[in-house]
Amino acid sequence: MATQLPPGLQLEKLDERIMTLNVGPQHPGSGHMRLIIKVDGDYIVSCDPDPGYVHRGEEKMAEYRNYIQNIPHLERPVIHDSCNILYPYCLGVEELLGLEVPERAQYLRVIASELNRCVYIQYWLAIYGIFLGHSTMFMWPAGDRELLIDLLEKITGARVTHAYFVPGGIRNDVPANFEDMCLKRVNYFEKRIKEYAAIFYDNPILISRTRGAGVLSREDAIRLGTTGSTLRASGVDFDLRKKEPYDAYGELDVHSDVLKDGDSYARSKIPWLDMFESCNIIRQALQKMPKSGSVRVKLKPNPKGGNDEVYKRVESGRGSLGCYIVSRSKPEPYRVKLSVGSFRNLICMPYLLKGEKLGNMPAVYWSLNYWPVEADR
Amino acid sequence: MSAIAPKFRLSYFIKSILDNVFWIVILFTLVGIPVLMVSMFYFPLPVMNEKLTSPYLMLTTLADPSRQIPLLKSVIHSDFFRITAFPGFGFAALLAAATIFIERKMLAKLQLRVGPFYCGKVEGILQLMADGLKLISKEIIIPAKADKPIFWAAPVLFVATAAAFVSLIPVAGGGWVVADIDVGLLAVFAVIGFFPIITVLSAWSANSKYPFIGGIRALHQMISFEIPLILSVLGIVILTGSLNLTEIVQSQIHYWWIVFLPIGAIVFFIAILAELERIPFDLPEAESEIVAGWLTEFSGMMYGLVQLGSYVKLYAFAALFVVLFLGGWNGPMVWPPFPEEIIKDGITMGPITVHLAGLPLLDQQMINDVLWFVIKTMGVIFVILLPRGVFPRIRIDLLLHIGWYKLIGLSFVNIFIALGLLYAGVLGPGGIL
Repeated sequence: MATQLPPGLQLEKLDERIMTLNVGPQHPGSGHMRLIIKVDGDYIVSCDPDPGYVHRGEEKMAEYRNYIQNIPHLERPVIHDSCNILYPYCLGVEELLGLEVPERAQYLRVIASELNRCVYIQYWLAIYGIFLGHSTMFMWPAGDRELLIDLLEKITGARVTHAYFVPGGIRNDVPANFEDMCLKRVNYFEKRIKEYAAIFYDNPILISRTRGAGVLSREDAIRLGTTGSTLRASGVDFDLRKKEPYDAYGELDVHSDVLKDGDSYARSKIPWLDMFESCNIIRQALQKMPKSGSVRVKLKPNPKGGNDEVYKRVESGRGSLGCYIVSRSKPEPYRVKLSVGSFRNLICMPYLLKGEKLGNMPAVYWSLNYWPVEADR
Repeated sequence: MSAIAPKFRLSYFIKSILDNVFWIVILFTLVGIPVLMVSMFYFPLPVMNEKLTSPYLMLTTLADPSRQIPLLKSVIHSDFFRITAFPGFGFAALLAAATIFIERKMLAKLQLRVGPFYCGKVEGILQLMADGLKLISKEIIIPAKADKPIFWAAPVLFVATAAAFVSLIPVAGGGWVVADIDVGLLAVFAVIGFFPIITVLSAWSANSKYPFIGGIRALHQMISFEIPLILSVLGIVILTGSLNLTEIVQSQIHYWWIVFLPIGAIVFFIAILAELERIPFDLPEAESEIVAGWLTEFSGMMYGLVQLGSYVKLYAFAALFVVLFLGGWNGPMVWPPFPEEIIKDGITMGPITVHLAGLPLLDQQMINDVLWFVIKTMGVIFVILLPRGVFPRIRIDLLLHIGWYKLIGLSFVNIFIALGLLYAGVLGPGGIL
């Protein structure tokens, strides 16, 4: 097997029928990683994912900056989902410092987080479309994503790297007439994503290709520790917004969809259904949100945590995203550890790709809802 | 974003143009004309106005342009013009260029984009030229382990085969075809048979993994779709009683074969999508799986040549569809007739009278034929391009399943329909229609 030799050098030693393909990191269908795939004819014999090309040491960097300085760089692993990746960090720091978040800020956090989830899923969906050779499905989500990006820019001042959540609330309040603007855009966005069914999800060629590709059973999904859309596509109803409500999610009605098939098609459909759910949550939150009030607790400069440790997790676009912070009574955290959904979904890739056809590789790979940069951190 | 250089001055621009004109004039008079005159003594010149042209006589065409008309006539009727310009490769390449532009703009509109926009000011009409210049200026990189002669030859062979295919397509009545042979349809399939060979040769000679997989995929795909492609036109051959493409077109003066053989037309259309490696059948170039398939190792103008060849091939297949199923150039006369007195008496400009009689460009029937042919061909090309915006890529096992099980069965059904029409005495030789 692949363990005796360094990766990429086993070709000569193996059976002549088997060809090793280095898919990535310069392959158009790999992302920032490498898949060492061995094929026998058109069938994949083994797959060895090799992440780590974009490791930036975000966790180590966090040990040299104080709790506020950590905000802009901790969101870098997934800039498309930057609100959600900061969410557990902010929740954790709030618990460490004993901060109470104002109610309006909680609702605005929910709205920003759901908007950001939609932005992330649209980007993910665009790449899923082009991986299957569907160029229209690449352009449409990438274009419709701009609606929400513009909205987030109006709220936070930045298009993708928002740095909007801070310990103790949010950075700044929303502009005037935000409710109307948000409602209008979200309604239009929902109308747009409904059209994806006709061109993509009901497409007979897509269904014939992705139905039954890379089936992950319910037991395997739990055993391998997958999360998010991969887990819910295998029939496990697990959504942290419902199971462990944080911030204002406890007062909102959250329905996350579950499919039973566990194949590539179901895994690709769950995020799309999630976007409708996000629109519902945003509309609910806009109704229940207090119309005025403070959005941020005043912090001391250079706040210090106690001798304590805390673990918080939220539901991100790729599943549960946890942040473990250890504090040793200093302005800087002693240790910050991100437990990301991407890496946990990556683990099942070798199991799913074994015995699959080479043509199914992109369909299975990207349906896992795995973001290489986030997995490397 | 700005297309104008930051230090742009109109005076500099005009000055640079004048500089260029100056040097062109100097070089042309001092070098070009002497070289032209000297070389004319070594080449045989055509007969003009029933006397042999001489270099001195050629010079007089500068003073009297009407003397160029007989020369033009002899050029238009020469084989060289037919092969290179019309109805051969030049015409096909022009339509292929139009196809690329239409494809980009149409796909962009479908995907809510603008498409090429800046190049050439008007809707990016010169984008193709810019891309071509870019490809020409790029370095050609050959893989170290490649089998170099075959690798070099593959793009050229691909274009040459596509051009050979074009030469068999009749464009208008009255013999406007490069090679009018009795077994035209058979020759078409003989030429098509070269494409998988060239693809596999180029893929194998690159000595690289992704091209190899792409080449094998292309081989599987082309061979399994050639059979339904050939079987689906058998019905037309049965009903027409001829393999000559011109005769097949002439047999459709009253009705098109697509009316009687719609199943054959559908099978043929799907098979040409697969032969052309267009979405949803673009597996040999599947980007997310095997980089660019058998085109992976091509760089610079080698890649450009393969692209040119594949678009010329696209035109040729669309034209073949028109010839076989849509009645070729047949259509109502819509082109206005040329004023007769000009044809008879010529145009008088001052002391010179230009006699235009005999130029095929004034032939009303021929221009009408070409117009209908181009309109139909562009329509078919449009339908071939459309799936690219709508469908994802299909998988190889599903593709082969479609080819071997469904399309071959359907094409046999089509043959039985044709035989039924023939034996019922409806169509074919001696039929009532």
